[in-house]
Amino acid sequence: MNKIIQEIKKSVLSALWLMILTFPIMVIKVNSYEGVVLWRWKNLMWIGIGTFFLSWLWRFLLDRKENGPGESKPDADRDGKFSLRKALGERKVKIPTLAVLAILVLAFPFMVKFYQVGIMTSALMFVILGLGLNIVIGYGGLLHLGYAAFYAMGAYTYGLMYLYWGLPFWAALPLGAVSGAVFGIVIGVPVLRLRGDYLAIVTLAFGEISRLLLENMSGFTKGPEGIAQIPRPGFFVKLSLQGATTYLFYICIVLVLFAIFVIRRLEDSRIGRALEAMKEDDIAAQSMGIDLAKTKLITFALGAVWAGMVGVVLAAKTTYINPGSFTLMESVMILVAVVLGGTGSIPGVILGAFLVTLIPEYFRALADYRMLMFGVALVVMSIFRPQGIIPRVRKRYLVGEDKS
Amino acid sequence: MSRTILDINDFSMVFGGLRAVDHVDMHIDEGEIVALIGPNGAGKTTLFNCVTGVYTPSEGNITVAGPNSEIIRTNGKKPNKITELGLARTFQNIRLFSSMTALENVMIGRHPKLKAGIFGAIFRDKKTRDEEERVIVDSLKILKKLNLAKYANEPASSLPYGAQRRLEIARAMATEPKLLLLDEPAAGMNPQETKELDDTIKRIRDEEGLTILLIEHDMSLVMSLSERIYVLDYGKLIAEGSPDVVKADPAVIKAYLGE
Repeated sequence: MNKIIQEIKKSVLSALWLMILTFPIMVIKVNSYEGVVLWRWKNLMWIGIGTFFLSWLWRFLLDRKENGPGESKPDADRDGKFSLRKALGERKVKIPTLAVLAILVLAFPFMVKFYQVGIMTSALMFVILGLGLNIVIGYGGLLHLGYAAFYAMGAYTYGLMYLYWGLPFWAALPLGAVSGAVFGIVIGVPVLRLRGDYLAIVTLAFGEISRLLLENMSGFTKGPEGIAQIPRPGFFVKLSLQGATTYLFYICIVLVLFAIFVIRRLEDSRIGRALEAMKEDDIAAQSMGIDLAKTKLITFALGAVWAGMVGVVLAAKTTYINPGSFTLMESVMILVAVVLGGTGSIPGVILGAFLVTLIPEYFRALADYRMLMFGVALVVMSIFRPQGIIPRVRKRYLVGEDKS
Repeated sequence: MSRTILDINDFSMVFGGLRAVDHVDMHIDEGEIVALIGPNGAGKTTLFNCVTGVYTPSEGNITVAGPNSEIIRTNGKKPNKITELGLARTFQNIRLFSSMTALENVMIGRHPKLKAGIFGAIFRDKKTRDEEERVIVDSLKILKKLNLAKYANEPASSLPYGAQRRLEIARAMATEPKLLLLDEPAAGMNPQETKELDDTIKRIRDEEGLTILLIEHDMSLVMSLSERIYVLDYGKLIAEGSPDVVKADPAVIKAYLGE
């Protein structure tokens, strides 16, 4: 009984606190046209009631996390019980699942309305961006807040080369990758000595600097008005708008598969291990003979390659680019996708990228509140599931324990 | 007379107004087990950090014997370059790659001995695949040497404390060093574990032909292991010699026990 009174007291307190906090924006509304002030007391009531129950739920969840049935072991340890991950690992299940998925993906542009294909292409582009940033953050452990700068680099590579030399899409795609990587190294060199928060701040600044440069070098980049009428890729002949969008959808699918293939191979290779050692403990890594400067530059280059390619695809998809598409917000959204889905985990990042792009698309009513929602989601995730929605599974090496 | 592997000559390390290490001369010959002891704050770990390149020495020379017996000055070289010259270390406060498995930790130690680059990783040609296979086999061998094979697929952070200490040694050995620098390898171990460590260090020295420099506070381990001892106090070398000589040295007794 005593405990319940305590709980009620806590909830009442949080409700009162939030009521006072939100009072100015939720209650007072000034109608400047008629010169009257509206007092919306009803809002205050709803906030009070809502907070009362939500804070109760919040404390319940926190309590359960700390003392409750803490059986959130990784799937590999749960013997006997059904596990999706384990089932998918088996050949019998894996191949048909992949086949169905492949057919669905291939048929997707013909099953849905045209504008859905465009949305899905954007989502796929975001997946590649997420996978790229995941190399830098998830494997290399370098918090990079200016990722959109690499993205811009790719887009402007295509935009400018088309503008000045009339370069086609297929030539720009590899060049975008190269210019992304080069830009990654160029940004990487001055930040070699930084880590943690300092690195985050400097990369954030670099992101903004590159956007401002694009905006202000009007003679070269056409400044804020941007570059228009960039051609969509043609498939031997010039494609209609619909055809080109579908074509880009397939290009994105191929790029996603290519990214997954490359990243998975890197993950368990000498370079991948070096990246991870650097993330875990850079001093120990250096003492084990890993060249930190080189490894950091490799990390930036490997991460930036993908942004460069997606930049080219973006320029081709929208046929118009301007510096406004590469703001800090863009970098933050990619970061949210990575952290939400699971840092260092490929399926996690893919899911995260879809959530971040598709939820605001399909729940238009919520679109205005999406920043608020992602903020709440990040807070909740970092408390209850810091490893992300689909955490990374470590590779196990067959060591033949029974042989010895 | 075996050749000198590490030669420290009139070496000082100054932090602002503090002389952490003050005009120290040391040398370590091939095959020796040498201990560096001294009260807390005497500058032992600072000396280690300078030798392995974490700090750049303020004064003096540190030289190591190169692969063709040439003398190489290491002042100001990066830690990874020094590791490539055949020096490997462990850390006083365990610095394993804690979420990586024990095997992966040792595989990181093999890093400088391998060549595979980005394109090798992506295309996975025969050379890269062979190399990967060899790394796993070699790393497992090293784990076995230190009785860690059963932990191969466990994350390093979940290993028992003593095993974590041994894994640090395993990881350092994976770089195939000539000189192994152990910073308080027995810290926090119980007498049983310390005894085992004693045997292990002697065994790997004999099997691998290693030279070992260790910092240690456990005097029974120091006396049993080392052939020569250097004693540091307030950054100055106050004694050196065989365990018996050092034990009887009045300056050492004074440094440890006071007047």
